[in-house]
Amino acid sequence: MPLLQVEKMSHEFGGLRAVNSYNLEIEAGQIRGLIGPNGAGKTTIFNLITGIYKPTEGDIILDGKKITGLQPHRIAAFGIGRTFQNLQLWRHMTVVEHVKLARYSRVGYGLIGAFFGTMKRQKQEADIEEMAHNLLKMVGIDHLSDQVVTNLPYGDQRRVEMARALSMEPKILLLDEPTAGMNPEELIQMMEIIRRVHKELGMAIFLIEHRLKVVMDLCQMIQTLNFGHVIAEGTPEEIQNNPKVIDAYLGRESLV
Amino acid sequence: MLSRRIWDSFFRVPLLGWLIGILIAVMLEHLLGDSLVDVLGLSKIPALFGFVIILKNPILMPGATLYVLLIYIIPVSAVARISSWPANKLAARLLDFPIWFSVVIHLGLFYAALHMWSEISAYRLLTLKLTLIAIMVTLSLNVVNGYMGEFSCSHPGFMALGAYAASVVTVVLFVNDRLFGPALLAPAFGPFIFPVALVTGGMVAALGALAIAIPSFRTRGDYLAIISLAFMFIIKSMIENLEVVGGPRGLSSQPDYANLPIVFFWTIACIWMTNNFVRSILGKALNAVRDDEMAANAMTVNTRRTKIIAFLFAAFWAGVAGGLFAHVLRYVNPATFGLQKLAEVLAMVYFGGLNSVYGSIVGAVSLSLLGEALRPLEIFKWIIIPLLLILVMIYRPTGLVAFKELNVRNLVKPKQ
Repeated sequence: MPLLQVEKMSHEFGGLRAVNSYNLEIEAGQIRGLIGPNGAGKTTIFNLITGIYKPTEGDIILDGKKITGLQPHRIAAFGIGRTFQNLQLWRHMTVVEHVKLARYSRVGYGLIGAFFGTMKRQKQEADIEEMAHNLLKMVGIDHLSDQVVTNLPYGDQRRVEMARALSMEPKILLLDEPTAGMNPEELIQMMEIIRRVHKELGMAIFLIEHRLKVVMDLCQMIQTLNFGHVIAEGTPEEIQNNPKVIDAYLGRESLV
Repeated sequence: MLSRRIWDSFFRVPLLGWLIGILIAVMLEHLLGDSLVDVLGLSKIPALFGFVIILKNPILMPGATLYVLLIYIIPVSAVARISSWPANKLAARLLDFPIWFSVVIHLGLFYAALHMWSEISAYRLLTLKLTLIAIMVTLSLNVVNGYMGEFSCSHPGFMALGAYAASVVTVVLFVNDRLFGPALLAPAFGPFIFPVALVTGGMVAALGALAIAIPSFRTRGDYLAIISLAFMFIIKSMIENLEVVGGPRGLSSQPDYANLPIVFFWTIACIWMTNNFVRSILGKALNAVRDDEMAANAMTVNTRRTKIIAFLFAAFWAGVAGGLFAHVLRYVNPATFGLQKLAEVLAMVYFGGLNSVYGSIVGAVSLSLLGEALRPLEIFKWIIIPLLLILVMIYRPTGLVAFKELNVRNLVKPKQ
């Protein structure tokens, strides 16, 4: 049975059908890509899977459990971590606080611990702090851990988002354009981080990308989306040579 | 060059040194205050650092200034500077023990200084108690308006609930009262039951908060501001119409349980608990909700639960503060908990600084003292204080000491 299964999911904004009968199956440990031109509905699919929108039709099943329509924080706690396309960091918080906060659902000391600063809390927070620094080392920004995120350059902010998502220990990681706005050097580093994370933590990864090079390099399977429909699905080679994909990206040659 | 070095040397004085300095200055006032007043031609010991005297009678300005200089500024700085080296050694030694030990010693010194300072006059004592209560109210409102970034207007309502609930408990149990009949328990139990009465006040306020929280935390936006404002007026008019507790005439004859040590204790408890809360992961979730609620939700934070907990927590402490307030004044009436109180508390929060325990303390203390010190100016007081607020809003939009974490270990550690 696949780790994440989406069956015939559709979503409408008013009368506009943003996602139409979308199907997906991701096996544990797989890296999958989702590509498509602007406005194709890629981010909407992420928002549907993570519960920010509720699908009009269809089912989402994670690890045998139906998660359709649950609140986002419950879905996240079941094991879906994500990053955001346009950096949604908490602007007054430091880097290490971001990573620690994503452990929220696993904090075991409760309100008594929070109000009275019990020993149990101090021990747990120390453990979480250590784990946070390990993750920050993995993405290469541990030296910035006490900086407020708004002081960081763009590429490092993306790494914070990555570390924050990993801190939830997700079963599947959803990356929404992890290399958007990066220069070539940062791009290579980010791809290296994604590979490393996948190798060391072994979770499944589902990523949206604009740059074909990134998906072609990283993913085993790719879906192409246009106007809410999946128009092609296959290995990078198959996708690269599929005429429908080329049409969607470059436009059809005019006959006039 | 030399002045620069002297100035810098004061930054190496640990908190312990300053506290010893303050304590000695206050002792000096006890010993020499009255005779110095005679020499300087003042009528009595200046209650609030001479401001009131200067504003009432500007001719006495040199005398009052000299008094403050001789009794406070010179002794405090001299003792702090001289004791700097031994105080640093002592502070370092204290840190060999568990942290609470050092904290208790610092608080003990601080309390001793406050106690002696307030013994000089009843006016000082009252001002001090009300200032401590203002700290509690400001800090609890800061949890909602600062840390969580919502805008709540219901704090006077919570104070009223706490004040009335706590008063009813103590008056019913320990006072032969016109409204509630003879006392039910011997007065000897009073001081032991008083904490229970305060916690009851806090709980009632938290219950009231639940009524606001359930409808208004489904989404973000201005709902909370409007609903909480309405709540404040509802509570006020509800009490005005409750003849059982005296209606608009108010409720009086609360027993005299709120002495300085009790008020001090509860204020410290409030600061300690709030600081624990906002520094925990559960408390940091408030900041996450404020800065980006969608991201917080996607990172497993149960945002609705987080908001409700913080709101009830804030209401609880406002209720406790209200209970103390009623027992300090030994009289409450519903008119106290209206728009003016709201403006006062909001001003303290935004003046002192959002998202900061230090900020709430600074805001509450400075505006309470300023309010008292400028009292002789009468109507002009209400021009000067708002003007100050506007200036702060222009030059430091988030308040004087915003976004600064209170780290107790850093506070009590040696500076050398």
